[in-house]
Amino acid sequence: MAHHAHHESHHASHAGEVHPEVGHVVPVKYLMAAGAALLFLTVITVASHSVDMGEANLPVALFIALIKATIVALVFMHLRWDRPFNLLVLIGSIVFVLIMLAFAMMDVHQNLPTMFNGNAPEAASTMDANAPGAPVAQVRSTNGGIGSTN
Amino acid sequence: MSQTIASTHTQHGAEAHGHGHDGHAHGDHGHAHDPNLAHHFDSLQQQFDSAKLGIWLFLATEVLFFGGLFVAYAILRMSHPEIFSYASHYLDTVMGGINTCVLILSSVTMAMAVRFAQTNRRGGLIACLILTFMGAIGFLIIKYFEYSHKIHDNLVWGPSFYVPPHDAEGDAEAKMLKTAPAAPGAAIVVNNPATFAIPDLAAKPAVDASAVKPASVGPTGVARASGAPAPAPAAEPAPGHSEEAHPGTHLEDKAMPPNTHLFFAIYYAMTGLHGIHVVAGMGVLAWLTWRAIRGDFSSKNFTAVDTGGLYWHIVDLIWIFLFPLFYLIH
Repeated sequence: MAHHAHHESHHASHAGEVHPEVGHVVPVKYLMAAGAALLFLTVITVASHSVDMGEANLPVALFIALIKATIVALVFMHLRWDRPFNLLVLIGSIVFVLIMLAFAMMDVHQNLPTMFNGNAPEAASTMDANAPGAPVAQVRSTNGGIGSTN
Repeated sequence: MSQTIASTHTQHGAEAHGHGHDGHAHGDHGHAHDPNLAHHFDSLQQQFDSAKLGIWLFLATEVLFFGGLFVAYAILRMSHPEIFSYASHYLDTVMGGINTCVLILSSVTMAMAVRFAQTNRRGGLIACLILTFMGAIGFLIIKYFEYSHKIHDNLVWGPSFYVPPHDAEGDAEAKMLKTAPAAPGAAIVVNNPATFAIPDLAAKPAVDASAVKPASVGPTGVARASGAPAPAPAAEPAPGHSEEAHPGTHLEDKAMPPNTHLFFAIYYAMTGLHGIHVVAGMGVLAWLTWRAIRGDFSSKNFTAVDTGGLYWHIVDLIWIFLFPLFYLIH
């Protein structure tokens, strides 16, 4: 498909600010400001990491990331000037990810009290006992024999 | 894409104009057909909007693609926050931060490339595309250093995480061969060489077996079951062993929570998929650069640069979330 587009080769050398019939040309100062803001917010993110805010660290970091993502989407990806439907497509996809996340989180929250750090002790001891080189005698001495766990 | 049909169309539509490749002007053939307008579109605007909608639908599938992994991340982190707060310290925040900046700068140059294409400035377009491409290379080089360092230390997913890092294992074996049976102060102290990777411990007296560290609560059994004989863990690790002093010897770190390998599984899955997207983006950028050098793009035909740029920006956008989620955990 590429080699058919030769017609434009002689137009490309035109100097000056030619603007296209379609699409929106983002001013350079917007692009530079967006880039500077993104770099600044990256520094802020790293700096916020060194401040211990306890539970708040993750929401703060994600909030800054959200601002950065919004800048990228609106300025770099032209959504500020684009057809609103394209923005709807992006937001729609994010909404569906969030729906999936919400249901997954509800499920995890329900099961959290039954979770162990690592595998359940029974499963871990069985796996260790059956593995080559596993300290079988140790398991036997503490559990009263691997047979009893099965 | 549309150019193919557009140029075919000009060959049919314009009288005495059978050469789609000679590049002469079209304004003189007295015809309303724009060479950049495919005949199945009503207008350039409709054609442009269709291309944009198409790439945005593709980007939506990318969001859903990574969304599944983000949900997996959330489940793992919610279930085992201790793994994430511990293992995150093995990631190099400086390298991750530099990579974030590299991607942001490459996004700036990509947006500038689109602007240069829109305003007919071929030199600027080519320069910006090459700069963006170099940003991608820089990102992957830094990622290579990060990955290779971790893989060297066996900070990986799956059973290999529980195999001692290559150096430590080699040292221990070399020292055992030279100065067996007991090498005081060795990285991995083998109090009794007989317990070193001997499978049938059950046959041994209980005294020897009790010298073995109790099985850790976690899938170390799985690690051993995978084939590689695991050396007996150090009965008495040398004091002062911490992740700062010996980042490679995570197995000796008593602070390491069980199942820490899960962090590295999701880390490699997400950053790896992102890295694949960077590689794909390099392909797109190379193709765009080649076409820009050939002079395909102009203010009348920049859609490929625009849509390719949108893809590149979403790669940046995903990294913006990956960076704090992996590198910046308290």
